[in-house]
Amino acid sequence: MGFRQVTDRLAHGMVALVALTAIVAIVLIFVFVFREAMPILTDPGVHREVSLSRLFLPLEQASEGRPFIWQPVGAVPKYSLVPLIIGTLKTTLIAILLAAPLGIGAAVYTSEFAPAGLREWIKPVIELLAGIPSVVLGFFALIVLASWLQRAFGFTARLNATTAGVALALAVIPIIYSVSEDALTAVPQSYREASLALGASAWQTAIRIVVPAALPGVLASLVLGFGRAVGETMIVLMASGNAAITSWNFADSTRTLSATIAAELGEVIFGSPHYRVLFFIGALLFIVTFLLNALGAYIVGRVRRRLMGSE
Amino acid sequence: MKERVPVGLLAVATGIIVVMLAVILGNIVLNGVGWISWEFLTSPPREGMMAGGVYPAIFGTVFLVLLMTVAAVPVGVITAIYLNEYAPPVTAAQVRSKLARARGIEWLAEFWRLVQVYVANVTRTAVTTLAGVPSIVFGLFGLGFFVQFIGAGIDRTLYGGELVFGQPAIIWAALTLALLTLPIIIVATEEALRAVPHDLRDASLALGATKWQTISRVVLPQALPGILTGTILTISRGAGEVAPILFTGAAYFLPHLPTRLNDQFMHLGYHVFILSTQSPNVEKTRPILYATVLVLLVLTFSLNLVGVMIRMRMRKRWRRGR
Repeated sequence: MGFRQVTDRLAHGMVALVALTAIVAIVLIFVFVFREAMPILTDPGVHREVSLSRLFLPLEQASEGRPFIWQPVGAVPKYSLVPLIIGTLKTTLIAILLAAPLGIGAAVYTSEFAPAGLREWIKPVIELLAGIPSVVLGFFALIVLASWLQRAFGFTARLNATTAGVALALAVIPIIYSVSEDALTAVPQSYREASLALGASAWQTAIRIVVPAALPGVLASLVLGFGRAVGETMIVLMASGNAAITSWNFADSTRTLSATIAAELGEVIFGSPHYRVLFFIGALLFIVTFLLNALGAYIVGRVRRRLMGSE
Repeated sequence: MKERVPVGLLAVATGIIVVMLAVILGNIVLNGVGWISWEFLTSPPREGMMAGGVYPAIFGTVFLVLLMTVAAVPVGVITAIYLNEYAPPVTAAQVRSKLARARGIEWLAEFWRLVQVYVANVTRTAVTTLAGVPSIVFGLFGLGFFVQFIGAGIDRTLYGGELVFGQPAIIWAALTLALLTLPIIIVATEEALRAVPHDLRDASLALGATKWQTISRVVLPQALPGILTGTILTISRGAGEVAPILFTGAAYFLPHLPTRLNDQFMHLGYHVFILSTQSPNVEKTRPILYATVLVLLVLTFSLNLVGVMIRMRMRKRWRRGR
């Protein structure tokens, strides 16, 4: 075997080895986040302060009729995740309700109706929205948007679930748009031509033929957008007000799971129950976003195979 | 025509998105540009961040992103090469059906191919999974793995327990960010490699070049513009992320610039976060805050703009080429 062949073999081996990094990284993330959270399930010392049931079920030492309290610093720390979960759902819901019609509407417009010249521009412009760092969106929500929304809706709390949700929508729109747009453009041209040839109008073709054919992909875009919204941190940390109130009122100041980690991990004692709970929240976010992304990717893959024929 | 109305609504939805983007950018540029000066860009903050500039934050961000790029780009490019050039271009089902009919040495060869197909599939899943992990979870991971496991491990074995690497530092923040941005560079490189015509590979192999020679001297040079675009997008994304560096190395204020790998660092995004949430006098810091945001935007957004523009051009050319 000559020198060239040896180099060739070596290169193949090295490339394959380096390519394992992604797999190793995912495994390490899983292991190290869960390892720090595990003592909640196993360590009796930690159990005195916090356990699975106390994270999710009503607290026994409920004060003033409030069964769910997040109050990790105090004489008797209370670690109910319920207010944080509700906070996350509230901001996420607002974000999706706002981003879905805009993102999907824009996707249908770009793929079905926009003149070719305009289409070339819209796509990169919306991609640019994804290029704004989330800390900048958080800043904009905190300094500018919060005042506008307060004036418009008369919120008592300047920073609240709605403000955070609207800002979050800005981060979610590019995902919903680009995944939906991909699904719509993947619909074969022959579908459109057949429909138009039968006398259907452009609008009928878009709504009754193209959108139904791409529907799973559009739904997947919502799932992926939801996953992004649940995990997004800086925007909600800066714009939600961060009060852990158990309430479904969208005008209340609110605290999400992700923002809780960001706000509290810096001051927590290494290895304390509070530290464990924050890692537990991280593990929870990891699992939830993993499942949402897997579901989204699965749907996108199926649509692609169905529309393009199995390869 | 009654259909003008619904189509018009779709156009309005598109318009709203574009207008929102314009409003955000316009607001920041208009309010920030007046405070930008040479002094602002080259001097450190003074009087508890109520005056002075952002030079240490710019320096820290650039240093951080440089380290991140050095770590992420080679690994990402090589992973993409593996997925696009070395992984067998067949599905697991195809190999399995061949495996059922093969015997002896042929069976072993097919079995090895099947393993490779599975590894490639799992790698692809890992890349998409990595792209979906929330950035704050990367922060937790960076703290738990790089700082407390690797860093503290280095201290125990090399420094006799002295605290050197077992604390938040720029190298740990950079490596955390490198993992976060890895999928971006992988996806961009794969796209670029796919666009290289197969004829080129075949011609090179037919002339007697080895696979590695073909990849390194024919395929990679052709894919270089695409890889560079991916690198630009990676840098743009990495420079803007704050959640992963909160606990892995970013500092509120430092009197000295970071010079060693285990130094902490100031960062533009983190600076924006601190100024907007913890300022004792919001009105007084507002111009500084806006100017800082503008600097951060120019750094991330202009890179992103360049990346998206080049990508758009190349996609058009590839489509024409096919």
